[in-house]
Amino acid sequence: MQFFFEVLIAGLLSGVMYSLVALGYVLIYKASGVFNFAQGAMVFFAALTAVGLHDLGLSLWVAVPLTMAVMVVLGLVTERIVLRPLVAQPEITLFMATIGLSFFIEGLAQAIWGANVRGLDLGIDDVPLEWLLDHANMAISQFDLIAAAIAAAMVAALAIFFSKTKIGRALRAVADDHQAALSVGIPLHHVWGVVWAVAGFVALVSGLLWGARNGVQFSLTFLALKALPVLILGGFTSVPGAIVGGLIIGASEKLAEVFLGPYVGGGIDGWFPYVLALLFLLVRPEGLFGEKIIRRI
Amino acid sequence: MNYIKTVLAVLALAAAACSAYAQEQFIPAIDYRVGPYAAGGSGFFGGAIDYMTLVNMNGGINGVKLIWEECETEYNATRGVECYERLKKAHGGMSLVEPLSTGIAYGLLDRVGQDKIPMTTLGYGRSDAADGRVFPYVFPLITSYWSQAAAMIKYLGEKAGGLDKLKGKKIVHLYHDSAFGKEPIPVFEAFAKQLGFELIKIPVAHPGLEQQAQWLQIRQAKPDYVILWGWGVMNATALKSAQRNGFPREKILGVWWAGSEEDVIPAGAAAKGYTTMTFNTPGNYPLLDEIRKKVYGAGKGNLEDKARIGSVYHMRGITAAVLWVEAIRRAQDKFGKGKVMTSEQVRWGFENLNVDDARLKALGAVGMMPTVKTSCLDHEGSGATKVQQWDGAKWKSISPNWLTGDKAMIRKMVEESAAKYAAEKKITPRDCSKEG
Repeated sequence: MQFFFEVLIAGLLSGVMYSLVALGYVLIYKASGVFNFAQGAMVFFAALTAVGLHDLGLSLWVAVPLTMAVMVVLGLVTERIVLRPLVAQPEITLFMATIGLSFFIEGLAQAIWGANVRGLDLGIDDVPLEWLLDHANMAISQFDLIAAAIAAAMVAALAIFFSKTKIGRALRAVADDHQAALSVGIPLHHVWGVVWAVAGFVALVSGLLWGARNGVQFSLTFLALKALPVLILGGFTSVPGAIVGGLIIGASEKLAEVFLGPYVGGGIDGWFPYVLALLFLLVRPEGLFGEKIIRRI
Repeated sequence: MNYIKTVLAVLALAAAACSAYAQEQFIPAIDYRVGPYAAGGSGFFGGAIDYMTLVNMNGGINGVKLIWEECETEYNATRGVECYERLKKAHGGMSLVEPLSTGIAYGLLDRVGQDKIPMTTLGYGRSDAADGRVFPYVFPLITSYWSQAAAMIKYLGEKAGGLDKLKGKKIVHLYHDSAFGKEPIPVFEAFAKQLGFELIKIPVAHPGLEQQAQWLQIRQAKPDYVILWGWGVMNATALKSAQRNGFPREKILGVWWAGSEEDVIPAGAAAKGYTTMTFNTPGNYPLLDEIRKKVYGAGKGNLEDKARIGSVYHMRGITAAVLWVEAIRRAQDKFGKGKVMTSEQVRWGFENLNVDDARLKALGAVGMMPTVKTSCLDHEGSGATKVQQWDGAKWKSISPNWLTGDKAMIRKMVEESAAKYAAEKKITPRDCSKEG
C-alpha cells in the first residue's frame, strides 16, 4: 500500500509539471479560440534564451527578466504579424498559422543559441526529501514539491487575472466571439497582445522548471505531447481544468505504468493518457471544466 | 583568330576541370545539425569533416582530395533516404555512406546493395550485418550492439568479482522502447540463462522526458546494476530520476549512445560517477593536437565551439573518418595509388582493413580507438570496447585494456540471425574462400 501511495504522489507531482505546460495552451485558446501548436516551441525558446543569456555571463536574476522581455516582444510580434491579419478567419486557419509559427520559433531558437544541449541549475536540489525517506520510505523529490508550489501560485494569479480584472473579462469576451467583442469596443489586438505575452511568461516558467529537471534541449518541444491529454481532460478553456487534468493524467499514467505495464510489456505511459482522454471525450467532449457550447440552428 | 583562342581557352578550362574532378573522392555527410539529436550529429560530423580537412591539408590520399556535401536529415529516416538518393550520383558518385541513425540505416539496407555502395554503421544498426557473407555492403565497424552487450556483462562480472558472481544478482535493462533499445535483449537473455542472473526489462516510451514510474519500479526491485540503453533526452532524465530516487549512479552502466558530454551535462551533479561503454578512450592524442593546430589554426575547423574538440562525439566522428580514409587508402593499394576509387573498390577496402597499432601510431591515434581488422566473414573487425566514468567535469577511462565479451557466443548469434535474414530475403551468402 505504501508503494501505491508513493506512485500516486509521484504521479500527482508529475501532473503538476504537465499542467504548467498546459496552462500556456489554455491562455491562448481562451483568447483566440485556437489551439496554439507553437506553445511547446515557446517553452523551448524561453528556456534556451534564459540559459543562453546566463552562459554569456549574466546571472539568472538578470537573464530571466531579460528573457521575459524577449517573450513579451515575441508575443507582441506574433500578434502583429501572424494573428492580426487573420482576424475573423476560420479557427483552422489560425491553427495552421501556429503550426508554421512553431517551426519558425524552433529554428530561430537554434539559429540564435545553437543546438547544443545545456544544463540549468536553479539552485533547487532534485533529491528525495530525507525525512520522508527515513520515516515513510518514500522518495519524493523536493524539486517537484517546489515546482508544485510555483504552479499553484501561478494558477491563483491567473484565476484572479481572468475573473477580477478588466482585461481578463475582455479576454473572455474575445474568446467567445471576435467580431462581437470588436463591435462592443473591446480592443482585440490589445487583448491578444497581452495574452500572448502572458503565455510567454508561462512558457518561461515551464521552460525553466523542465529545463532544470532534464536539461535545456530541443526535446522540450515534445512537452506538447504531455499537455494535450491534460487539455482534453481538463478542457481547453479552464485554468483550474488544466491543473485538475494534469493531476489526473500524471497520477493515472504512473499507476498504469507501474501496476498495469508489467502485464502488457511496459512502456505504456506514452499512450495511456491519450486512451484515457479519448474515453473521456466520449462522455464529456468539452472536458471536465470546459464550456459547453450550445448552438441554435 | 580570336574565335580559335576562345575555343582553345574553353577546352583548356574544361580539361583542367576534368582533371580536378578526376582527383576528388566524394563522401556525403548525411547529417543532422538541427532537431532533437543535433548535438550528437554536429559533433560526429564535425569530427569527420575536421579529419577529412586535415587529410586534404596533408595532400589528400596519395594526391586524391576528399570532397563532401552535407544534407540535413534531422534524424528523420525519410529525409535520410531522400538525401542518399539525391547525393548518390553527385560529384561522380558517392564512395560510401554513413547515416549515423539506425532508422536511416534500415531504410538504406537494400538500396546500398542495389547501388553497390558501402555503408558504415559504427556502433549501431543491425548487429548481424557483421556477417559479410550476407551483408556485403554493410560494415558495423569496431563493435555492434551485441558485442557491446556482451562486453557489458563481462564488465559487470569483473565488477562483481567474476562472471560466476553474477548468479542471483538482479540487472535491470532500462531501454528506449524502440528497435534500438530492444536490439541487445536476445544477448542479455542468453547471458541471464547462462550465468543465472535475473534480467528485469523496463521500457521507456519515446522521448523519455518523464521516467518516475520506471525508476519507482527500479527502486522497488532493488537491482544490483542498471543498464541504461537510452538515446537523447532519455539519458539525462534517467540520471536525474536515479538521483531523485536515491539510486547510485556508479551502478548504472550506459550504452555508448548514452555516454557523451551531451548526455551528462544536462543532468548536472546527478551524473557524477555514472559509467558507460565507449569505443574511444577519453583523453588527448597527437591526432587531436594536429587537428587543433592545422585545421582550427587555419580557421577551417567545423565546430563552432572549440571546447568540443576531443569530446566523445567529435572523437567518434574522427574515428569514422579515419576508417573511411584507411579503406580508400587500402583500395588504392590494390587498384592504383593516386586514383579515384569507385564505390565497389572502396567496399573492397572496407573488407580488407588492417588498422593495427603501427598504423594508429603513424596517425597519432594509439589508444584512441581499438585496432580494426576486417574480412569477408567479419565486417565488424574488432568488438573491443572500454568503460568510461563521468567525474563531474570530464570522462575518464576506468578499464585499462580493451574489453571484449564472449566473442564465440556473439558470432554464433550473428551467423544464425544473418542466415535467417538471408533465407527471408532469398540471398545466397557469398563464399568467402573465393573472395580476393
